[in-house]
Amino acid sequence: MARLNMVEAIDQALRQEMDRDDTVIVLGEDVGRDGGVFRVTDGLYERFGEDRVMDTPLAESGIVGFAIGMAIGGFKPVAEIQFSGFVYPAYDQLLSHAARFRTRTRGQRTVPMVVRMPYGGGIRALEHHSESMEAIFAHIPGLKVVIPADPYEAKGLLTSAIRDPDPVVFFEPARVYRAIKMDVPEEQYTLPIGEARVVREGADLTLIAWGAHVRTIKEAAERLAADKRCDVEVIDIRTIAPFDAATVVASVKKTGRAIIVHEAPQSGGFGAEISAQIMERAVLHLEAPVKRVAGFDTIPPLSKLEDLYQPSVDLVVDEVIATMEF
Amino acid sequence: MPVTTLVSYSVQRVEVMDVDGEVDASLMPALSPERITALYEVMVLTRVFDERMLKLQRQGRLGTFARVAGQEGAHVGAAFALADEDWMVPAFREAGAFLLRGMKMENFLQYWGGDERGNVFPEGVRMLPASIPVGTHMLHAAGLGWAMKKKGERSAVLTVFGEGATSEGDFSEAMNFAAVFQCPVVFFCQNNQWAISVPYHKQSQACTVAQKALGYGMPGTQVDGNDVFAVYKTVSDALENARNGGGPALIEAHTYRVTDHTTADDARRYREDAEVEEWRERDPIERLSRYMKKNGLLDDAGETAVREGAVAKVVEAVTAFELMEPPPPEEVFAHVFAEITPPLAEQRDRLLRRLEGRE
Repeated sequence: MARLNMVEAIDQALRQEMDRDDTVIVLGEDVGRDGGVFRVTDGLYERFGEDRVMDTPLAESGIVGFAIGMAIGGFKPVAEIQFSGFVYPAYDQLLSHAARFRTRTRGQRTVPMVVRMPYGGGIRALEHHSESMEAIFAHIPGLKVVIPADPYEAKGLLTSAIRDPDPVVFFEPARVYRAIKMDVPEEQYTLPIGEARVVREGADLTLIAWGAHVRTIKEAAERLAADKRCDVEVIDIRTIAPFDAATVVASVKKTGRAIIVHEAPQSGGFGAEISAQIMERAVLHLEAPVKRVAGFDTIPPLSKLEDLYQPSVDLVVDEVIATMEF
Repeated sequence: MPVTTLVSYSVQRVEVMDVDGEVDASLMPALSPERITALYEVMVLTRVFDERMLKLQRQGRLGTFARVAGQEGAHVGAAFALADEDWMVPAFREAGAFLLRGMKMENFLQYWGGDERGNVFPEGVRMLPASIPVGTHMLHAAGLGWAMKKKGERSAVLTVFGEGATSEGDFSEAMNFAAVFQCPVVFFCQNNQWAISVPYHKQSQACTVAQKALGYGMPGTQVDGNDVFAVYKTVSDALENARNGGGPALIEAHTYRVTDHTTADDARRYREDAEVEEWRERDPIERLSRYMKKNGLLDDAGETAVREGAVAKVVEAVTAFELMEPPPPEEVFAHVFAEITPPLAEQRDRLLRRLEGRE
């Protein structure tokens, strides 16, 4: 088993799935000869040629709209949006078309398609490169929204996303891309879309996150355990749509406390939905209010102030203690 | 340092048949008398159907829809050029093309009457349902065209849109993608001069829609959109060229929306009746009927018979439509995903329990 970072794990997932299924087509800006600006599609062009690894014109709506047509025509496009900050011209294609075709044709025309993109901050990037707007995609009926937290998840979830019969938006935390290496099986495997994962079991409080901040809450839980402050359960949501309420609710019923951590702006973020689900299903089990540790409702500050915006391990630890003492 | 002309362009307009039904024999497409009669019948059926739909809407039996009367020459003529293995990716003002392609009239009514099940085409009909957002569906045509080409099929895609759609960014992206990847797609613009209340000169300062093709490296042609032979010929040639690997083309059918934009619109608020009357003189069905009468393909009795035949078909379809049961409540959730997700199953069950009076 090789130790891979997330970039390598995604690249491998794409390569293996393209080997297995020749209807899988990668398309996007600079994904071909350049191998993608993050090198996620490195080597694919050489292996599969320009018909299956397509450098497209610089037009996000074009990429997604074209991919919809490819999907209806019998292919499985995996479109890359270079940075999620540039996906918004394509939002219309996702919302108005990709997500609706199955419903409006009663299943006659469908859009099995993946739209991948790096997202999130913490990488000292320039403007428009740090946003975390996953909630506005999870709000679209008919779309699945998948967010891996580490290389192992990235490979398994992407393989599932490509095999999924419906459109999947696949957010890749840019901060994790090269930050960690871990054992990733060489052979293909899938991870279920729509299931959260209990990363660490605990009795006192449930910490919930996705993407890059799964690592934040894991570290917070480990520090709290090492300090003998409390025993925290850690949940990695993995797919915010469809959302696995059952796993979260079962955990909160056990612990009686919950904190959701995300870097997206707090108001209307996906944490609000999770909090509401807990209130609807587990309110009588709660020992303290459900809390959110989230980004501010501001434009993400540039690098000089970025750390103030990103939820930190210190902040999460403090909020856990405050909730325990409520 | 000389100044040189790198590109210059000219835009051609194709006219085959004049208002009196006289044709230019050198441009006349090869259509048998039977095919011309079939074309005429579909155009008349489209007109009769459109008129009946308006009545149904006014009576509250049908929702808002976009009329097609006066544009039969354009969209029916274009769709008539398609082979069964070609695809059509429509906007929302192509009722005649739906009928021609094999959509059952009662299903067409079913969709516009508020039931998505009416969007299901008979097996094997290669067409996408109406696209209500303006100008975003042409990208699907480009992608579909790419897929057909990649599969090695000898087929092409016809996508239809109005001149208003050419102002949308996705029009540009679709034209560009189709050209860059040499997709077998014919972009067919029904330039009916009005995007609701906005006339063409406020939509664009380009003399023609056709010339926009130049910017994407594909041919562009204008045709008299009320001359069904010109439309058929130009679209046929472009489709055949696309099927043969010649890449995409843009065709502008210069026509006119003699009706309101939709049944929710009142065009008298923003344009003069005189202008509309002028275009009624160029009615595509009248023009074809004059040609057919001059050439012994139709007489007054035949004209009446075709119209009566169309009325009978429409009456039958309306009856079938009105007998349709509304979809059951669980249909709301039935096709969001291939397999229903737990959150959706929960929402569905809650609705069904409530309807059964158990909650």
